[in-house]
Amino acid sequence: MKLGLVIDLDTCVGCNACAVACKQWNTSGTTGPLTDFEPYGKDPTGVWFNRIRNYEVGDYPNSKTVHFPMSCMHCDDAACVTVCPTGASYKREEDGIVLVDQDKCMGCNYCAWACPYGARELDREDGVMKKCTLCVDRIYDRNLPADERKPACVMTCPAHARYFGDFDDPDSDVSVIARERNGESLMPELGYEPVNKYLPPREKKHVAQYINETNAISKVKDWVNRLVAR
Amino acid sequence: MHPALSVIFFTVTSGAGYGLFAIASLYYLINSPAPLSANAMLVICAVALLLITLGLISSAFHLANPKNAWRAFSRARTSWLAREGLLAVLFYPLAALYLLTVWKGVGGYVWFSIISIVSALWVLVTIFSTGMIYACLKTIRQWHNALTPVNYILLGVMLGGLIFLLLLSLYQPASTSLVVVISGLIIITALAKIVYFFWIGAPAGPTINTATSFTRSRVRLLDVGHTAGTFLTDEFAYQVARTKLIVMRWLVVLFAFAMPVLIVWLAAAWLPAALVYALALSSAFAGVFIERWLFFAEARHVVNLYHGLQQC
Repeated sequence: MKLGLVIDLDTCVGCNACAVACKQWNTSGTTGPLTDFEPYGKDPTGVWFNRIRNYEVGDYPNSKTVHFPMSCMHCDDAACVTVCPTGASYKREEDGIVLVDQDKCMGCNYCAWACPYGARELDREDGVMKKCTLCVDRIYDRNLPADERKPACVMTCPAHARYFGDFDDPDSDVSVIARERNGESLMPELGYEPVNKYLPPREKKHVAQYINETNAISKVKDWVNRLVAR
Repeated sequence: MHPALSVIFFTVTSGAGYGLFAIASLYYLINSPAPLSANAMLVICAVALLLITLGLISSAFHLANPKNAWRAFSRARTSWLAREGLLAVLFYPLAALYLLTVWKGVGGYVWFSIISIVSALWVLVTIFSTGMIYACLKTIRQWHNALTPVNYILLGVMLGGLIFLLLLSLYQPASTSLVVVISGLIIITALAKIVYFFWIGAPAGPTINTATSFTRSRVRLLDVGHTAGTFLTDEFAYQVARTKLIVMRWLVVLFAFAMPVLIVWLAAAWLPAALVYALALSSAFAGVFIERWLFFAEARHVVNLYHGLQQC
């Protein structure tokens, strides 16, 4: 199995619900807590497994605001695991999930240096590295109803912009949608073969623009309009 | 990258210690029999081991959870950090064997040659591993090149050479040929570092477009999504004004390379040798500390692309 996420940049509305749901689940999960510092202070900061940034793509008037959620890509060739000197970082053979064994981590930050996606964050309180677990303590939980055995971010997304599944199965939801809508990898040139795919926004019909013409006739019309309005 | 003082001190100090050991053992081998008393050689090697140990202790201050540091030797098959740690720790028994050979004079010339060359190669490979810790990271293009380990080795050996000159001059006058060799080493090190400065100037690597997968249009950051700093900004967003970096580069060339050569050759006529070498060494150490700070300050991690940087 090769478990991962597909994120639809067309429908993501940037509401941050995935990040909040992730924090809520994982702070009390097996890799929690996700420590916060000064949560109600002037400069609140803390550990998050999922962060959403917002970009403007293209130039006005042909531009689009894109909301961009990012968590661990669970790379096929995970450099964070390669560089880890203690063996705390590992990639599971059975489903490809990249995890940190917090009992082994010495907090050297080296894996965070090797990760291009900013997926790993040091918890300064515990002194160990923390990262997205793909809700490993949720997706295999037989106490949950079958349709809830998904990562918390996927469960909560109100825009259905997140999909979870097995990329090794060519007929799974994620494989099909990534194939049909040209799912893209981020920074593929680094060669880490990230598993998560991002669906580009769909082509939309161009909206006609209102162009404010100023010629002799429009000036007369404007003058008449103002006169009538008065 | 955030320049952590513990890592800067570690790489400079242990690099100098390993460099000193390499230079001293090769000098002692090439000029044998007995260019230098065994006692003097023991003192010089003790200084080298002291520098190495101080550096390694300093590196532990970089860890957020040092109680697990003993595990750091377990993944030498893939991790350059583990390899470096393993080589550094295994060097102590090797150094003990070498010092025993020097002290007791046991084993004859062949054994002495073998242990000297193995020790010298071992320390060079250790500095190489230190450099590879940084050079293997594809996420930082300023580090991910062949000159990174070359610079680490050359700078370590250069500092070691200057320390060796100073310690040697406490026992006997250094030969002109040794001073020429060390000066040549400084000049080669300077050239390699200057080439590196030009090398990393060429734009290359990922852009905000490949980072976001929008490769056919301009991408600009609208909102980074956090109001205060995060671990990522603390660690990777460190940025210094371009003009300051240029000034620091000139200071590196001045203190690490130009001044030591000038002091060694010009001040020798007026001052006692030990003082000359002490001055040259102080200047070189200051210069290499600036160089190591700059090595971190100039490095830009690709995660900055997600925070709005167009190119790293």
